[in-house]
Amino acid sequence: MTAPRYVYAIGRALDPADLAGLVGIDGAEVHRIAHRDLVAVVSAAPADEDELRARLERLDELAVVAEAHHAVVAAVATQTAVVPFRLATIYRDEHRVSELLHQRYEEFAALLDRLTGTVEVGVKLYVEERAPAPAAPSTSGRAYLQQLSQRHRRRDEKWQHAAAAVERVDSSLGALALDRSRHRPQSAQLSGAAGDNVLNAAYLVPTGRLTEFTDLAERLAQDEPALRLEFTGPWAPYSFTEPEHGDQS
Amino acid sequence: MTDSNPWATSQRSGSNLADVLERVLDKGLVIAGDIKICLLDIELLTIKIRLLVASVDKAREMGIDWWEHDPSLSSRGKRELEAENKQLRQQLGTPERQLEAENAQLRQQLGQAEQPKEVPT
Repeated sequence: MTAPRYVYAIGRALDPADLAGLVGIDGAEVHRIAHRDLVAVVSAAPADEDELRARLERLDELAVVAEAHHAVVAAVATQTAVVPFRLATIYRDEHRVSELLHQRYEEFAALLDRLTGTVEVGVKLYVEERAPAPAAPSTSGRAYLQQLSQRHRRRDEKWQHAAAAVERVDSSLGALALDRSRHRPQSAQLSGAAGDNVLNAAYLVPTGRLTEFTDLAERLAQDEPALRLEFTGPWAPYSFTEPEHGDQS
Repeated sequence: MTDSNPWATSQRSGSNLADVLERVLDKGLVIAGDIKICLLDIELLTIKIRLLVASVDKAREMGIDWWEHDPSLSSRGKRELEAENKQLRQQLGTPERQLEAENAQLRQQLGQAEQPKEVPT
């Protein structure tokens, strides 16, 4: 008999009471599987894996599963340090999850040590769209071409300037953070966000320095009038789960 | 955000479904697990999402299921995506099957070669 388990995260020092009332994928009750001081946060996995796979290929369903996964990780992260797992990590039964905790105890313990007392903060920088300067009525083809090349030059300059500003902000924030990670910029086309996303980064920040970090980011952004700053989070440290010495299975 | 409880402000100013998806699909610890949910499918989806991301919260606020209205992710788009995934899986599957057949053949040949040695004296 198998009872597949969906694993959300691994944490430490979690009591069963900490998970009371928490539900995950498909409303399944969240519970823990412990090994020494490590705790895997799990729930019953959707019984039909083919169906789950098919669901994840549909964006609306994927969104539901992703939000459920994230909600559990976020709830547990408020209680203890966690290593968030990637979406849809499923084991045949509880015994196999225990085995995982046993076999990779050192790795998980080291990761949790590193992530304890930290949060992930998302920082997005946008270059605001500015209306192009009104073109003077061109009197000749030559004048028109000159205007065109000027516009292109201005645009190139704008991007070079923005890129340099992004580097300045990123390196200052990186110096305050324990670690940083870059995500791909999000598409402006449908984001509804004004401007072009030129930095989509995450920083691992000590909990005690969070205000200092956000204050610094705001100050830096003020110094760069071309950029608009947006925070996300705090998040569980999704972007900092790579073991420091590589080696992933 | 306060230092004493960083989680007190659950309000994520600029975050949206895209922020969640890029974390749960692209980040987070990768453990093989027992049951393989082919990441190929999911990665393909992420690529599509990247092209479309981010307007979900806004759309929901306005009462729109944006994926229903987006031409590349309308039900027709979804079907196309599923077909595309299937095709990719098949393309991946073919060499795998060939490899299996080749392995079986090799095993057979090896078996034949080994047999004489195994003849009990």
